[in-house]
Amino acid sequence: MSRLPVRKTYKLFIGGDFPRSESGRTYEAEGQNVARASRKDARDAVRAARSAFPKWAGMTAYNRGQVLYRVAEMIEARRSEFADLCSGPKEVERSIDRFVWYAGWADKLAQVIGSSNPVAGPYFNFTVPEPQGVAGILAPQEPPLAGLVSRVAPALVGGNAVVVVASEPHPLAAIELAEALATADVPGGVVNILTGLREELAPVLASHMDVNALDVSGADGNLAELERLAADNVKRIVRGAADGQSAWEIEPFLELKTVWHPIGV
Amino acid sequence: MAQAPALPVGFELPLEPRLPRIGSIDQVALEERAATLAKRSIKREAKMFALELAVRMTDLTTLEGSDTPGKVSALASKAIRPDPADASVPSVAAICVYPNLVPAAVERVRGSSVKVASVATAFPSGQSPLETKLEEVRWVIEHGADEVDMVIDRGAFLAGRYAKVYDEIVRVKEACGETHLKVILETGELGTYDNVRRASLLAIAAGADFIKTSTGKLPSSATLPVALVMLEAIRDVYDETGRRVGFKPAGGIRNAKQAVQHLVLTHETLGVDWLTPDLYRFGASSLLNDILMQIRKEKTGRYQSPDYFTID
Amino acid sequence: MTELERKQDQAPVPVGWEYETAPESRDIVTLRERYGHFVGGEWLEPKETYTTISPATEESLAEVGQATEEEVQLAVQAARDAFENGWSALAGAERAKYLYRIARILQERAREFAVLESLNGGKPIRESRDVDVPLSAAHFFYYAGWADKLEYAFPNRKPKPLGVAGQIIPWNFPLLMLAWKVAPALAAGNTVVLKPAETTPLSALLFCDVLRQAELPAGVVNIITGDGRAGAALVKSEVDKIAFTGSTEVGKAIKRELAGTGKKLTLELGGKAANVIFDDAALDQAVEGIVNGIYFNQGHVCCAGSRLLVQESIYEATIDKLKRRLQTLRVGDPLDKNTDVGAINSQAQLEKIQELVASGEEEGAEIYQPPCRLPEKGYWFVPTVFTNVAQSYRIAQEEIFGPVLSVLTFRTPDEAVEKANNTPYGLSAGVWTEKGSRILAMAQRLKAGVIWANTYNRFDPTSPFGGYKESGFGREGGLHGLAPYMDFE
Repeated sequence: MSRLPVRKTYKLFIGGDFPRSESGRTYEAEGQNVARASRKDARDAVRAARSAFPKWAGMTAYNRGQVLYRVAEMIEARRSEFADLCSGPKEVERSIDRFVWYAGWADKLAQVIGSSNPVAGPYFNFTVPEPQGVAGILAPQEPPLAGLVSRVAPALVGGNAVVVVASEPHPLAAIELAEALATADVPGGVVNILTGLREELAPVLASHMDVNALDVSGADGNLAELERLAADNVKRIVRGAADGQSAWEIEPFLELKTVWHPIGV
Repeated sequence: MAQAPALPVGFELPLEPRLPRIGSIDQVALEERAATLAKRSIKREAKMFALELAVRMTDLTTLEGSDTPGKVSALASKAIRPDPADASVPSVAAICVYPNLVPAAVERVRGSSVKVASVATAFPSGQSPLETKLEEVRWVIEHGADEVDMVIDRGAFLAGRYAKVYDEIVRVKEACGETHLKVILETGELGTYDNVRRASLLAIAAGADFIKTSTGKLPSSATLPVALVMLEAIRDVYDETGRRVGFKPAGGIRNAKQAVQHLVLTHETLGVDWLTPDLYRFGASSLLNDILMQIRKEKTGRYQSPDYFTID
Repeated sequence: MTELERKQDQAPVPVGWEYETAPESRDIVTLRERYGHFVGGEWLEPKETYTTISPATEESLAEVGQATEEEVQLAVQAARDAFENGWSALAGAERAKYLYRIARILQERAREFAVLESLNGGKPIRESRDVDVPLSAAHFFYYAGWADKLEYAFPNRKPKPLGVAGQIIPWNFPLLMLAWKVAPALAAGNTVVLKPAETTPLSALLFCDVLRQAELPAGVVNIITGDGRAGAALVKSEVDKIAFTGSTEVGKAIKRELAGTGKKLTLELGGKAANVIFDDAALDQAVEGIVNGIYFNQGHVCCAGSRLLVQESIYEATIDKLKRRLQTLRVGDPLDKNTDVGAINSQAQLEKIQELVASGEEEGAEIYQPPCRLPEKGYWFVPTVFTNVAQSYRIAQEEIFGPVLSVLTFRTPDEAVEKANNTPYGLSAGVWTEKGSRILAMAQRLKAGVIWANTYNRFDPTSPFGGYKESGFGREGGLHGLAPYMDFE
């Protein structure tokens, strides 16, 4: 007689914890009951992200880079679990290497994106990149792991906190990633992952007045409506590659601050 | 020919500094210096010396709305004999209570070396008229307090009314007479290290015997960098005038390790002369038992449990 | 008198508070009796050896190789082979992962390296533990991230690795200087032959074990040990580039040697930095900055603030505070966690310091040294301040490379700039003032590659470091630290 396995319960990832949906609902995906997040869960996730943002943004770039590298370590440690939840080992390797690639940007962004500006006057003038705050991310429906990583890593490396709506048909890789994040020294609330119905959750994030950016790279359905909702607090709309990597994927999640100071004795 | 406007009345240019240079404090460098001093490794005899000194320097404190004569009585017993299981542990310097509890405190410590310190001047906020504050000071002294811990008017300070702050301290010191006066700056409300330095020098100029960091009622209190600023102000006054002012960090010192770090700071800033209860006190409540646990650990080699140390 | 009053009375009057010794245990380090050269991933049995010691106790620590010309050749060949057979073809992302491994392993073995560094070099454990080792790991971490992003670092250029880099490093920050050299070289795709300083080979040799654990392909990093002769052999060998950090004198000799050969060169040489204190400085913190500037690492720092330029109006106050501060500097056993100033690195260096200090007294400067009990064995020098120093004195012109400060005064910012720049060196400078515009104005006018405002001796892998004039050329750290290791066709 073969041994009965103990099955995992798939919950949300909010504030570093794994709660069920406050609505008590689930939906079936990939043969599992997966939490079906409600607007209140989304509200809680944004609150958690906002609360975690100052600490994450306040860490040194070096520290953030190390944390993101450790996320890669944790994904690597779980490669076979991840391989079962996406298209296979190649996608997992691509995702790990992508996290490593982005981790290395943390302490280099200011050097490539920032500048010292030679203004026509006796002033020292410099421009530094800063994180925007809380980014809402609609993860690509495919590929379930690499798509998620391709959008989350660039938002994080600049110092933002994120609320992610996972792929609706393939959410399990996202929850597995949440487990990797929870063991990687990522402060609770920096990444929040909601599983559930895209059409329910996307408008909540799009219209939330305390979300600073909305990544629609993985959006399907009524993009125009989302952009309209986002206009009310002038959210930054980010459109990037669903499965690529570039420093210019990081840049849309950043603000630029320019400072002047006179030069004189 | 145009005439230069007359200088406003009372505006004097000091040609010789009568007070030490006010100056500025660089936050980053200050905090680094404090952090480096906190890395000193104090062991064995040196640690025992510091721990026993810390006991003798403690102002054991209870400042709650719910304090009663019974509570103060228990505190006083603890103050006189901190560790019933070890007679070699000395008494603390003083107990610190609210004005209404002064009579009970005085009664209970009679015959011991423990002093009674009372807070006064509308502690902790200081937001009351000067007359009531002075009345309070006179009352506690009449009823036997050996020491008075006053608060400065932070509202006035932050509004730039330094003369009012100064004046109040002068009047309180007058009311104290020979009674030893500690001036609480409430550094957690002052906002910058520059302000802590200014408030320190102002309090000393007005007659403080001790300057004290905090009321203990705010989350942010006696950090090492704040202590360093105040110790340097005390040192500058000593250099310029020969006058020795004492220092009392209060609030936020919960364990023996922090207490020892404070003593290291003092030792390397002011020297060994300040390592005495006459010039240094710790305002604390839970600190005492942690020090006792550390003393016993040094003596027995074993880590201790709170179960073995009395609450009073 | 009550029992209690008697107890109070008998309480000890503090006459002094002696901190006890707080030694960091040496057990974590396992030294071999004898080390060879690390060539092609293997330990090469050395033809000649010498003994390396602990400068604090003069005890022998190990026998290490004195590389001959043939052995240097073998190392260069191994590096060349590794470069041509795989390393240069390896994807940047894979190179990055090797460097990340090295960074992580250094973090994991941090305490071991810190103890060894203090033991072999003489610097206080608090510094090797809190500065040298963490920064070394951080350098590898930072440059790992560049290995696969080179196209972003050089707009409009096609960077390729140079090939084999020969690297010669000094004894003042042995592991850190190794990290400064090896990390960018490898990130850029080169292979290296590195020679640590004669007196401090051990942390580099232990580093070879990190390479083993990281499974770095054989020959990518080769370590040969020895004195100046081994360095000279490396300079003359078939490398594509030489990176040298050390004395200006040797730097010039290398430059002459390489003239006309087409080999790339970067030099990080000596300095005689001015630390400029204005009357509105946050004075207690500035004094801390002066102390950190010249007594950190016993003054064995190329960018040390060895000349204090203090505004005359605050001269007395500053010197009084400085002299008082010197009283609490603890000189002694580098492995004691409470030590602030460790041992002088070698007999030779000690003699140089003594000679220059004697010249200072002869030329008429006034010397101050706090009372200090020095250990009997080992090489020690008491932290020293010279006042009444003239710009022309040897102690104001020549690099002492020891815990000796020369104090001069100035009246105006112009005069400060003039005096600060009046030197063939140009590595670093310090400016202390609470006025932002003055910081920027001074920074603009001081001829130095690194300017510290309201701080001193701060290093970071992202921050480019290097000198003007005779302090060398080329930068290490930051984006700019990559260029010296690249070939742009």
